[in-house]
Amino acid sequence: MKRHWYEYLWIWSIVYFGMGFFNILFAWLGLISFFLPLIFAIGFGNKNFCNRYCDRGQFFRMLGSQHGFSRGRDMPNWLKSKTFRYSFLIFFLGMFCSVIYNTYIVFAGVKNLNEIVTLFWTIDIPWNWAYTVHVESWIAQFAFGFYSLMLTSMILGILTMLLFKPRSWCVYCPMGTMTQMICKLKSNEKI
Amino acid sequence: MDSEVGKKSVKKSSKRHAVVDKNFCAACGACTYVCPRGAIKVWRGSFSVVDENLCIGCGKCAKECPASAIKIEVRQ
Ligand code: SF4
Ligand code: SF4
Ligand code: SF4
Repeated sequence: MKRHWYEYLWIWSIVYFGMGFFNILFAWLGLISFFLPLIFAIGFGNKNFCNRYCDRGQFFRMLGSQHGFSRGRDMPNWLKSKTFRYSFLIFFLGMFCSVIYNTYIVFAGVKNLNEIVTLFWTIDIPWNWAYTVHVESWIAQFAFGFYSLMLTSMILGILTMLLFKPRSWCVYCPMGTMTQMICKLKSNEKI
Repeated sequence: MDSEVGKKSVKKSSKRHAVVDKNFCAACGACTYVCPRGAIKVWRGSFSVVDENLCIGCGKCAKECPASAIKIEVRQ
């Protein structure tokens, strides 16, 4: 079957995480994967971002489906249940708000810039070596916080790809869940 | 005789087909990449739908679906 150009977008996942190792400020580019799906959903009522242009979805498909890095087992029922999906969305939005809040308190001068990447919201990893080009502290603080979220979710996605189906992450991905909700509301379907 | 009857029914439609459980479908689109007939599409970002006339019940989509939302069932 003929491959579409967007099936190679997994390259962006590698470039994105790679750049964060050299200069954390590139983490800001991750906002593209935040706003594009919302534009597709709110503006056009579709999930074309998930269905085609998401680098992460293509990354899991490439590794899991095309190169066999997946056991291909069914996900446990709780993990694909609506309860978990919606709870995880709320949790993730909460964590995103906390990134914004931390950015704000650094901006307001209440706290100093913290040059760490936090994995799974608990494990702090020093990341100061990727902060060489100095900018305003709050700009860097957001980059560290957002990169933490992106890397944590990527690791979760890789783990569930290996254990279950290749694109297991896409079942509980907050962006995927949120855009599906928006699309369903627009089409008068039960969410 | 028997084979002729068989041929006719195959021509009309396959014995099995894919059925999507809307409650579990995440509208991710993973199934659309593996269908040899282009029979499964995501409808308005909400869930996937199967074109009954195209589906041959091969089960590739069911195997790929991360939410295991597709079952291969005998046509009614
Ligand atoms: S569900 Fe998430 S990771 Fe999967 S394709 Fe959509 S936005 Fe990308
Ligand atoms: S069962 Fe086969 S032909 Fe039918 S929708 Fe799934 S992949 Fe396509
Ligand atoms: S792969 Fe499964 S969850 Fe994804 S769109 Fe197809 S039926 Fe829905």
